[in-house]
Parts: sequence; C-alpha cells; structure tokens
Amino acid sequence: MTKKDFWGAAALSLLFFLILLASWHFSTLPTERISAANDEYARLMGQGAKKTEGLPTPAQIGETAWKHVTDPFYDHGSNDKGIGIQLAYSLARVGAGYLLAVLVAVPLGFVIGMSPLISRALNPFIQVLKPISPLAWMPIALYTIKDSSLSGVFVIFICSIWPMLINTAYGVASVRREWLDVARTLEVRPVRKALQIILPAAAPTILTGMRISMGIAWLVIVAAEMLVGGTGVGYFVWNEWNNLNLANVIFAILTIGLVGMILDFIIGRLQRLVTYVE
Amino acid sequence: MAFLEVKDLSKIYPGSDGRPAPVFEELTFSIEKGEFVCIIGHSGCGKTTILNIIAGLDTASAGAVIMDRLEVTGPSLERGVVFQGHALMPWLSVMSNIAFAVKSRWPEWDRVQVELHCQKVIDMVGLTGAEHKKPAELSGGMKQRVGIARAFAIEPKMLLLDEPFGALDALTRGVIQDELLRICAAAHQTVFMITHDVDEAILLSEKIFLMSNGPSAVIAEVVENTLPRERDRHTIHHDPQYYKIRNHVVDFLIHRSKLFQSEGTGERGKPPPLVRPGLAPERRYGYRRQGDAVAGATRAGQGQFEQEPQSAYSGRPSDLHSLTEEEP
Repeated sequence: MTKKDFWGAAALSLLFFLILLASWHFSTLPTERISAANDEYARLMGQGAKKTEGLPTPAQIGETAWKHVTDPFYDHGSNDKGIGIQLAYSLARVGAGYLLAVLVAVPLGFVIGMSPLISRALNPFIQVLKPISPLAWMPIALYTIKDSSLSGVFVIFICSIWPMLINTAYGVASVRREWLDVARTLEVRPVRKALQIILPAAAPTILTGMRISMGIAWLVIVAAEMLVGGTGVGYFVWNEWNNLNLANVIFAILTIGLVGMILDFIIGRLQRLVTYVE
Repeated sequence: MAFLEVKDLSKIYPGSDGRPAPVFEELTFSIEKGEFVCIIGHSGCGKTTILNIIAGLDTASAGAVIMDRLEVTGPSLERGVVFQGHALMPWLSVMSNIAFAVKSRWPEWDRVQVELHCQKVIDMVGLTGAEHKKPAELSGGMKQRVGIARAFAIEPKMLLLDEPFGALDALTRGVIQDELLRICAAAHQTVFMITHDVDEAILLSEKIFLMSNGPSAVIAEVVENTLPRERDRHTIHHDPQYYKIRNHVVDFLIHRSKLFQSEGTGERGKPPPLVRPGLAPERRYGYRRQGDAVAGATRAGQGQFEQEPQSAYSGRPSDLHSLTEEEP
C-alpha cells in the first residue's frame, strides 16, 4: 500500500464516520412533543430527573465518555465502579481462563496431532463438546465451583479451548514429512524434535487458533458477566440498562469493541512473529 | 567386503487386487568406499525407495543393507541425505539450518565451535554472505547448496542424494555439479545419487547403475565410467569415450529399460553385470552391439538399435539432456 492509498482510505473512513455521526445526531434530536404524563412525572420527581427521550445524541455520548475517560477507576460501592475497574475485572477473567485453555489445549493438541489413534479416540468427545454454548455450562460451573467469578473463568476456559485444540492438532499433524525425515536422519531426540521442528512448523496454525479463541472469549465474557453479575464490563452494561442510562450502555459497547480490537491486534502481532515464508 | 552391501533387497506393496505388487525384488549390489555412484532409470522404477531404504527412512520387505559391516536398521548420522525438495526449515536462517544438523552430530560442542564448523561448510559450498538469510530469500540453486552443506556438515560416512538438481536450471546445475565434484573428491566421500540427467551421471560418477522400468524393476547393468577421474565439464565431451558411454546409457533408457520387464527379471539375486562401454572398440557402436558388454547383458534391444539413426545421439548434449524426465 502506498502512502497515497493510505491517506485516501483514512480520509474516506473519516468521511463515513462523519456521515454516521451526523445521521445519528439528526435522528436523535429531542422532539418538542410534550406529554402530560411526562410533565407529571417531572413534577413528582422534582428537578433531579433528567428525562431520557429515545436514544442519546452523539453529544451526550461524548459527554459520558469524557466523564469515564477522565475518571476510570472510581469506586462508589458495588453498583457504581469506573469503567477501568470493570474492564480490569473482565480482562482478568479472560486472561485467567484463556491462559488455562492454552496450557491444556496446546499440549493436548500436540498429542492428538502426533497420534492418529488418540486423535480418532478423542474425536467424538471433541465433536460433541465443541458446539455447546459456553453459557450452558454456567449452572454446572456455579454448582460445582460455588463462586460466580471463578465460574466466569471456567466459561472462558471452556469456550477458548476448542479452536486452539483443533488448530494445534491440525498444525502438528500437517508438519511437512520431509522436515520430520530430516530430524530422523539427524537422530534428533523426541523432545528436541517437538520443540525445534514441530512447534515452529505448527506455530502459525496454533496462533490462528489462539486468535480465534481470544475473539470468542471476549464475546463470551460480556454475556457471562451479565449472567453472574457483580463486576466486569458485561455486568456494567446490564446494570446501566437497569438504570435506563443508555449513554453509558453505548459507551460501554464502544469500549468492548475497542478492547476486543486491541486484543486481536496483539495476537495478530504474535502471529506475524512466528509466521514463515516457504 | 564392500563398504556398502545390498543383498536381496525387495520392496513389495500389497496390490489393489490383493496380489503383491513388487516395486523391485532381490536387488543385490555393492558400493566401495570413496566411490561415487549414480543410479539412473525412468520414473516409478523405485530409485527413491532404494535410497530411502539405504538411508533407513523406509524399510524393505526383504533383504538387507549393510554399511561398514553394520546392518542398516534406521536413519543414522552416518548417512547424510540431500532431499529432492531441499527440506530446509523455512523459519531458520541458512546458518541455523546447518547448525541444527551440527548440534545433532556433536551435542557437546559449544556455540563458537558450532558456528566455526558451519561457516566452514557454508564457505565450501560458496554461500558466504548468505549465512543469515532465510530459505525463502534464496534461489533454488542456493537452497540446494544449503541442503548439500547440511548433509556434508555432519561428516557422514556416506552421502545420499535424491535427484538434488532436478528442479534447477541448466546453468545453476552445472555450477553446483562442479562444486559437488570438487567437494566429494576432496573428502573421498562415498556417494549414492539418483539422477535423471545422463551428462550429470557421466560427469560425476565412477559407476552408473542402470535401472529397468518398474514394476519388478532390476538393476540391469552397472556401467563403469572409464573416463579419467580429473574431469572438466567444459572439455569432458571431447573425450572419445564420452559419447560411447553416453550412447550406451541413452540407448538403455530409450529401448532396453522396457524390455527387461517384459521378458522377466532373470538377474535377480545376483550382482548386476559390469560393462565398460567407454573402452569398447571404435566403430562397433551403432552397428552390432554384441561384445561391448563385459558380462554380455545386452541381449535385449539389439534389433531396435540398428534401425535407430545414429545421428540422433551424436552432437549436442542438450538434445538428450532431459530424456528421462518424463514426470507426469
């Protein structure tokens, strides 16, 4: 991509963004419709109640965002924590569940990829377990673990394990035969062969699995936290919905998107590090 | 006892109709220490299978390979293999690819020793300056040089090359052939090499094994290359022996390689006959071919040869350069 193309695309993106903002702005302008019920409601509530009429305008979102960004880590009790704290909770759960999944899926995927026998033996289990929605595990997790936060971690673990497991097994099983023949003629020991030939050869495929898993984990954490409540960005969204504060909800949605993008970017970078050209 | 003894080697696959389908049966031959042997034959005759069995990468259905008085039971650092598709690790640099082999051979060496040794072989194959390049940044010829350097670096007792120059252009091929010739001569390396290129075989080898077509292929003859050992790619074709040998090999590939199969493989279990077409009397070639073989293994294909216009073989080597490259 040339520099000119880059700036062209950037200008076009900006244009789309402005069109989006403008149409949002004009479609959410407050209407002059005066409702008797609302007036009465206002009188009853005194000055404090600021009505929310339809969706918030972009300006309101901007105002909300500014408030959150300037003070992300406040803590006013269990139902009122800053977005930074909530994100930290969510990221901690995703990190823990995801790391556990890596520790299980990569070695297990190695074994499956190396041994056609084990691959065939485990295949039915994987095929049955893979399509189960991770949230369906929640009751079992809550019952056995008896801790809502750890149950969230478990749900992340169970949803991120499958893409990594399957990709690792596939990557290991499809290592070029001639590289393995080279290892054989050089009398390379099994551990060295696994670490210095099979692992680097399969690394791009494994990282692809890890990238898919991370995407799924970040999708699932929001839903899981809505369900178990307490902390996290998913809980924040649900809590603000209960408060009918749609500006906060929209801000949280944008934040979730941004963080998801950053997570994907990081693993994408790792993937580029291990990718080789044949 | 020869350095490498192959005895009654068979490779038989179960056929689709349940009957055994032999690739080759009861092959017997030997290679002396320091000898450069090329094996030539049409695709599908089992050359690569023989090489893989000698390397220990494949197992024979019957028979044995004995190298240096020890039976080959699996792959070993004593036999270096140069693979057809170079088989370099694409994520490692040239130096690291070779270092991987060197560390396998001498695990007790420290980093400096490994690096010095790698540098030595890299310089030897003429890749100085490309040490830190990845295989993807190299041309086909350079990749194959790395493959040769890697096999050489472990100082094997025997070098096995599976059609190493098949994918290279003629110019690059010539340069690397010269290098291989020089390196192998300097190290008195025992080499077994598969090739499709008649000129290459004559330039490099001391003996050329002629293999008949499969299935049930046999090594029909061993052609002794009687050209003087000091060979030069640019002048070799002026030697009067050159075209005698060349015509003999090409003739085998065009006509006689087919006939061994149709008339059955009579020479099983015995070493193949040794012939010296380079020393055959002048003029005899191109007419009657009786007597040009020491052990008289040329009974097949005499009739056809007479009808073949002799001019088809004489002249430019490039005409018949790739006669056997009939890959599907």
